[in-house]
Amino acid sequence: MLRKIRVFLATVFFCVVTLLFLDFTGTLHAWLGWTAKIQFLPALLALNFGVVAFLVALTLVFGRIYCSVICPLGVMQDIFSWAASKRKKNRFNYSPAKSWLRYGVLIVFIVTLVMGFDVVAHILAPYSAYGRIAQNLLAPIWGLGNNVLAFLAERVDSYAFYTTDVWIRSWGTFAVAVATLVVVGFLAWRGGRTYCNTICPVGTVLGFISRFSLLKPVIDTTKCIDCGLCAKKCKASCIDAKNHKIDYSRCVVCMDCLESCKKGAVVYTLRKNANAEQPKGEEKVDTSRKNFLVSAGLLAASAVKAQEMKLDGGYATIIDKKPRAPFRTLTPAGSLSAKNMADHCTGCQLCVAVCPNKVLSPSPYLENFMQPAMSFEKGYCRPECTKCSEVCPAGAIRPISREEKSSTSIGHAVWVKRNCVVITDNVECGNCAEHCPSGAITMVLSDYTNPKSKKIPVINKERCIGCGACEHLCPSRPYSAIYVKSYKYHKTI
Amino acid sequence: MKAEHKNNIDRREFIKRIGAGSLLTVAAFTGCKSNKSVGDGMAEEDIPTDKMEYRTNPNTNDKVSILGYGCMRWPTKEEEGKTIIDQDRVNSLVDYAIEHGVNFFDTSPVYVQGLSEKATGIALKRHPRDKFFISTKMSNFSNASRENSIMMYESSMKNLQVDYFDYYLLHNIGGSVEDFNRRFIDNGILDFLVEERKKGKIRNLGWSFHGSADVFDHILAYHEKVHWDFVLIQMNYSDWRNARGRNVNAEYLYGELEKRGIPVLIMEPLLGGRLSNVPAHIEARLKMQEPDRSVASWSFRFNGSYPGVLCMLSGMVYDEHLQDNIKTFSPFVPLNDEEKEFLFETADLMLNYPTIPCNDCKYCMPCPYGLDIPAILLHYNKCINEGNIAKSSQDDNYRKTRRAFLIGYDRAVEKQRQAAYCVGCGQCNKHCPQRINIPREIRRIDQYIEKLKQGLDF
Repeated sequence: MLRKIRVFLATVFFCVVTLLFLDFTGTLHAWLGWTAKIQFLPALLALNFGVVAFLVALTLVFGRIYCSVICPLGVMQDIFSWAASKRKKNRFNYSPAKSWLRYGVLIVFIVTLVMGFDVVAHILAPYSAYGRIAQNLLAPIWGLGNNVLAFLAERVDSYAFYTTDVWIRSWGTFAVAVATLVVVGFLAWRGGRTYCNTICPVGTVLGFISRFSLLKPVIDTTKCIDCGLCAKKCKASCIDAKNHKIDYSRCVVCMDCLESCKKGAVVYTLRKNANAEQPKGEEKVDTSRKNFLVSAGLLAASAVKAQEMKLDGGYATIIDKKPRAPFRTLTPAGSLSAKNMADHCTGCQLCVAVCPNKVLSPSPYLENFMQPAMSFEKGYCRPECTKCSEVCPAGAIRPISREEKSSTSIGHAVWVKRNCVVITDNVECGNCAEHCPSGAITMVLSDYTNPKSKKIPVINKERCIGCGACEHLCPSRPYSAIYVKSYKYHKTI
Repeated sequence: MKAEHKNNIDRREFIKRIGAGSLLTVAAFTGCKSNKSVGDGMAEEDIPTDKMEYRTNPNTNDKVSILGYGCMRWPTKEEEGKTIIDQDRVNSLVDYAIEHGVNFFDTSPVYVQGLSEKATGIALKRHPRDKFFISTKMSNFSNASRENSIMMYESSMKNLQVDYFDYYLLHNIGGSVEDFNRRFIDNGILDFLVEERKKGKIRNLGWSFHGSADVFDHILAYHEKVHWDFVLIQMNYSDWRNARGRNVNAEYLYGELEKRGIPVLIMEPLLGGRLSNVPAHIEARLKMQEPDRSVASWSFRFNGSYPGVLCMLSGMVYDEHLQDNIKTFSPFVPLNDEEKEFLFETADLMLNYPTIPCNDCKYCMPCPYGLDIPAILLHYNKCINEGNIAKSSQDDNYRKTRRAFLIGYDRAVEKQRQAAYCVGCGQCNKHCPQRINIPREIRRIDQYIEKLKQGLDF
């Protein structure tokens, strides 16, 4: 029964967290976004101590059910392991804890975070690892499936589905996701929760706490017939059946052993020895970290084609936009600064997954690898949207209202005269001014002595919020004649 | 291609809606005749091959089918990233048309990205020369030099694979006297064409008109000198008295031509689909009156009821269009005065739907900044006709109309070709025969879209 409850809860959590990454409409987050916010490491980085305290308390009472139910990477491993068990039953064996590896990885994890070389930590972090897998590998399939439905809906004049763009935002992050899936999947296929009990830093920290949990599975030696079945069913390989001992630091309270024991000798009960001792094992993360920002261009590669004029009908070829390089990291309103982003973001890709304007993509650069960066080739940061700030579980993008966003300047626009169509094509334009949501762009005479001269944009930096509407909608291609330069620290205007 | 494709959907949807509309409103009349071709009770075998209405051209005694084939909208396909005409489909459409009595084909050097003449020529070459009348135009808009114009004239002959034109037009004049002079008087091209007519290379010389009444009068005055054999005007029951933008009421144009005994050719009998894809209750009103006839047929019959009309051109892309139109004229039943009055009332009702008078002729394309202008305007019109333009964000069905508009917009117009990218350069305006202020309309639509997207109160 307990196992069934665990499986049920795990399924629900797993599906919900996965859907958060798939739901490009952003409607689920309002109701179920909390499932991402109670993930351990993001909550810790968000300095969300309420959640951390809750998870510590949960572990102190029930043991590591976080790993069995809440953590999506844990549940994903259970799915692999379950599939492997279909082929070969009772395949596990007790193995002693590899403490040196566990604590070694934990130390590396903390050290890299403190040192500011967070890429390693982000790759190891379980929830973010799963997020990358969901966003890079599942979301495209989901998107394509949706597009098939949208195609069909269009045929029958239904507006139930609409087409969404499916593309791989960064091949670097994609590669990390694939590698994670392969490694973690392989380990789970072979040995169940190997990853959780040897590598995962969250598992190690919670394992330290769970030693002292109130409730835990216990082998009743009066009933045990030493058949060893519980150990063979234990995907954490933590049941020493011969000695009737369970390593509670590794046990993820999956309850499989309870169900497997024919004699009812394994029970989930209050711990016997009552030498309660408050654990202090809490991971320390220095939140003041490195401060160096990227100066390099984002991804973009597409054929440059000349525009052509035809007779009646036909389309001018649209040359894809390219980002201006080099540029500094531009992070969404709510992230306060690139530094704050670097300090908190674990690269889970949730913001990237929900960005409806195709502005966010994971950075391909080592300095902020896998963390979101903005660029305006496919869209701009629309005034009504605050999706990324709503979903971020790690406090890297703080919740921000629409009004606050409209007065938060993440950078300012810069005009590039030599690209402007007013100059190059000698036409009237002003599309940047037309679409500037903060009225920061004014069109003025290019030659003030000639009232008939064409108008060019001037930018009021004090009003510009850096949303990129001007950059994206600028007719100059592939390089826009106006681009957003980021501020080191966001400003309130 | 995309617009063509969309047109396809519109048409199909139109047919479907006729089906649905009739079921809802006039179920008793429509019945449920099961057949394979279209949803409004017309089977292929119902279309006669020998009942076509013919009109006689008083100048040459040509027996012209009243339904002419407009070759401005030939079906296209993409091949290696380029738009080409689907010649197989053109051939089969032309064959079908000739088989059912259509004998007038009208094209121009600029139609379908300049591909129309050649495709039309290939299709017609497969028929005896005396079985059809061919019509093409002097489309010397951008370069009106004498050499260039004559080159255009000669290449039309080559492309169409003929050694004489049955009908030849001064293409799209009437915007201004200056423009007319520039294109035809100063360079001596009108004289050249009159000479060609004398030589028998042009059997009928005329012009197509878009513009203002005074310029129309000015050019018509040349009749005494040149003798116009025909004039091509935009005419239908909506333009008869309610011409939009800078168009002239057809009642005036037709009257002036009839007075002088000049045969009238008609273009835009359906206003690029705006008179076949009509608001739901207009459609119900027409179907109620004539359940077995298509919405489009009303406009054709209206035009045909005027005896001075020689031929009306329809750009038929799909077999269903062609079949429906042939059926309308085989045999032709003119409208009586009561029915005409009914149509005028209908036209007045249509004024309540502020659609943009775009006929999807694509003269404005390609937009140098990549916009799909007709697709944007047509989507807006479609939403007006379907009641999906919100008057206010407080409307009861605001959420529904907003969704329909925005999702439909992304379907109808490729994202990078949408209204937000319009720079307002205005290069399109001079090409629009309907004199739509395109950048103004596009920006107005864009501002509406911004309101929807931002969820602003309005």
